[in-house]
This record gives sequence, structure tokens and C-alpha cells, in this order.
Amino acid sequence: MSAPGMNAPLLEASDLALRYGAVPALDGVSLAIWPGEVVAIVGESGSGKTTLLRVLSGLLPPDAGSVLYRDPEGTAQRLEAMGEAALRRLHRTDWGFVHQNPRDGLRLGVSAGGNIGERLMATGARHYGSIREAATAWLRRVEIDPARIDALPRTFSGGMQQRLQIARTLVTHPRLVFMDEPTGGLDVSVQARLLDLIRALVADLGLAVLLVTHDIAAARLLAHRILVMRHGRVVEEGLTDRVLDDPQHAYTQLLVASVLAA
Amino acid sequence: MSATTGYNFGYLDEDTKRMIRRALLKAVAIPGHQVPFGSREMPLPYGWGTGGIQVTASVIGPADRLKVIDQGADDTTNAVSIRRFFARVAGVETTERTAEASIIQTRHRIPETPLREGQILVYQVPMPEPLFRLEPRVAETKRMHALADYGLMHVKLYEDIARHGHVAISYNYPVMVNGRYLMSPSPIPAFDNPKMHRNPALQLFGAGREKRIYAVPPYTEVRSLDFEDHPFEPVRARAGCALCGSRESYLDEVVTDDAGGRIFVCSDTDYCQSRQARQEAAE
Repeated sequence: MSAPGMNAPLLEASDLALRYGAVPALDGVSLAIWPGEVVAIVGESGSGKTTLLRVLSGLLPPDAGSVLYRDPEGTAQRLEAMGEAALRRLHRTDWGFVHQNPRDGLRLGVSAGGNIGERLMATGARHYGSIREAATAWLRRVEIDPARIDALPRTFSGGMQQRLQIARTLVTHPRLVFMDEPTGGLDVSVQARLLDLIRALVADLGLAVLLVTHDIAAARLLAHRILVMRHGRVVEEGLTDRVLDDPQHAYTQLLVASVLAA
Repeated sequence: MSATTGYNFGYLDEDTKRMIRRALLKAVAIPGHQVPFGSREMPLPYGWGTGGIQVTASVIGPADRLKVIDQGADDTTNAVSIRRFFARVAGVETTERTAEASIIQTRHRIPETPLREGQILVYQVPMPEPLFRLEPRVAETKRMHALADYGLMHVKLYEDIARHGHVAISYNYPVMVNGRYLMSPSPIPAFDNPKMHRNPALQLFGAGREKRIYAVPPYTEVRSLDFEDHPFEPVRARAGCALCGSRESYLDEVVTDDAGGRIFVCSDTDYCQSRQARQEAAE
């Protein structure tokens, strides 16, 4: 048993397999993510990226293989052996999930402050003043005017909604955040600001992030390591610069060559 | 009054009563938990108290004395018809005095006169699910109850304070029963919520259309949800009763003319009348 902390992976998956009928969505996928590390999963649509994210976060049970999660005390737990209650608690304390579409991650009928406060209240915060204080601080941190704390998210622009979703996810200081195409559907200047923000937050909070994206440039900017997926398999894996500057697998070479340069 | 012939005692057949009693026992064993039951067609429309009537019919015996109130009053249509219904199909004595009743069926109020051990308070419930306005999926609300995942309800309270400066729920104010289950107290005014806490009487809740029964056994902890810095406050009109002068009871506002005239009177008619009688006797 290794000591808890930096020298043990936060999440470890081995030999994951999942089929949708005849289609293998995951085929023998293994990966590990360490504290403070940003890992990007890239690949074309239908390569199994999102499925992998859902399996790793316990939202979808795999057909075979196992996911090991290390809690803050350093004890490793098998995700499939955890009860639904424990998994839910994990999802709103130690983990976060940022959806591609902020509408999936936000409550559109609830004010920005309420959205940020939800995770706090779900974990037992019962002091209105301090919830509001935390919400104000987080709005400022994601560069939303705190005066809009009582505004509904549907009055926000797409980029603001995405930043609000990030604030709402990070308010309980999770150690591991899953992001599913966080910059998808945003125009390039807004994307750049969001990437900048995510990069700053990750560095400040020492977050581990598992990022699913088809945007190679975003992966290069944020990720320490890259996994390239195709047809449910990891075809190449390595440090970001190595994979993108010296791709070994034919598919990775195609992927890197397909990026448009402005 | 003698019972009408041709009906089983208490209108429902014995098998149905047994089924409802089973649900009631389960409900009492798990305070605040909603137990499904096979609600029957009753000779009155949904929304008029079909759930409450079925619960009353299952617990009533020949020796019981029944009181029925509607919004606190003994003399409104709903109260009068249900009281007459049980007088006819069960032949039980009825009363308007809270202290003399062994079973009190109520719509939307808890009597002002404190209840005692041995009394049963039966609530008519239109919507038993406290989360239904926040989470439309029934399967999801069941999961939330199972996992005691009630953060969403607090989000609603947070939103109220952010928008109105206080929790803007004046009736059907959600409560936590025995520190475990979130429960809808049926649409009683928030003013009545503190009366549920550690009440010596047995409190039974029946929702006919939604087919749910739940219960609060005697002396159970019932807490209204709130924030530490915004504690729960029961709301009451700032006036005295125009008839009996009470400044403690829950008041109804009555419009008296078309020139803006209005008075406040006790919503609990039995409480108000007995106070008036005592005042007259004292004079």
C-alpha cells in the first residue's frame, strides 16, 4: 500500500470493455490519472470518448474491467462496488462533471447564486449568508459580475453559462473534474478566454482534470498527457507535446495533420 | 344517529380497510415516508378528501367520536358532508368540539386547541410529494427520498430569500420528519407547522388521487426547513379576532362590504365559539 498523496493515482481503470450491440464502444481501455494532472482524451466522433468518461465517472457500468478510485484518505475503492448513495456523494464533493452543454449542468430556473450554492446545500451548508458569500467569490473568480448573482442563467451568454457551470462544479473543491468538450459550441474568442480560465483554475486549485475533446488545440493548451482513441481503443498515449509533435500511430498522424491553421 | 343499512360499517369493505391499515402501520413505522396504497373510488370527487375519508373509514370504530373541519371550520360544505357521511355509514357520534373528538379529519388546518394522547388527526392531502414542483420525475423524487438527497429543497428556500428577502411559502411548508424524510404537511398554513412537532396525537395523511399514505407518530420530531441565519417564522395576520379577540389563533380575512371594509376572524370555529361562550359566561 503506497502512502496517500501525489505518488498514487487518483483514478485507475483497467481493461474496460463496453459494447453497444455489435459496436464496441470501449475495447480494453486502461488509464490512470494522478493528482493535479490534466489528461486529454482526443479522437473523432464515435470513437468512444464520451462513453469512456461516463464509465470512469460511474454514470455507466462497463461490461468488463474495473475502475479504482482513491478517496482523500488514500483508500482505494472499486467504483462498481460503491453504492448509489456513496457515488452521489462523491459526485458532489470530491468529483465534478462539466457538461458540453451548460444547460445539462445548470438549473436554468434557478439564479446564478442558487446554482453555485446547490452543491454546498446538498452537502449540508445551512447558513444563507456564507452560501451567498461563497457564490459571490466564485462568480468573481470565473469573471462574472457578482451583481448578477440573482439573475437567471438563461439570461447569460453561452460563454458565461459555461463559466457559471465551472463555478458551480468547483465550489466544493473537488480533486477530480471530468470535462466533456467544455469549449464545444462557443466561438473562438470566448473559447480562448474559457481555456485561459480553466488553465488558471487548474493551476491554482491543483485539480486533476479528465478532458474529453476533439479540439487538438485545446488539448495542447491544457493537457499534460494525451490519449488518442479510435474505435473504442487507445491507439496512442503520451506527453502532449510528444504525441502532437511526433505522432507515431497512423491515425494520430491523420488527426494532427487535419488541424486547420489560421 | 342510526346507520344506513346496505353498507358495510364505515362504507369500505373489510378487505380494503385491512389493506389501508397495513399501509398505515408501515407509514407509522417509517415516519414521513410515503406508502403507496390501492385508493378506491369514493362517492365524492378527487380533491374533496377521498384520501382522508379512506383513512378515517379504516381507523374508525363504533365507539369513536368524529370531528371534521375544512379550513378550520366545522360548518362548511366539505366538513358538513363528510361528517354526515360517516354518521350515516358508520353510525358514529359526531362533534364539533376538538377536545371531545377521538378522530379529527381535517382539510388544511390543525385545531388551535392542543391535541392529546389517543386522538387521531387525519389530513386530506392533495399532493403528497414535497419535491414535485422542483423535480417532475417521480422515479427521481423516490431516489432522492431513498438517499435523503434534499439539497434541492434548500435551493428553493435559497431562491426565495434571494428574491423576496424571506422564505415565501405561506402554506404547505416542507418539514423534515424524525430527521430523515422530507414531508409535505398538506396545505396547512406554515403557522400550524410548529404544532406538528412532538404532538401527542397520531397524525395520519391520506392522498386519494395520488394513492399515498404517510404518518407522523405521537411525539415525533417535525422540523420546518430553514437556514441558520433565516430561521423559520410562522406567519400570522397582525390583528385580533373580531369575534373572540384572540391574538394567538390563525385568522381568516373576511371582506364585509364593497368599500374596503374587512375583519379578521378565527379560522378555527370551535376555538372561537368556545372562547366567546367563556367570555359571555364571565360577564
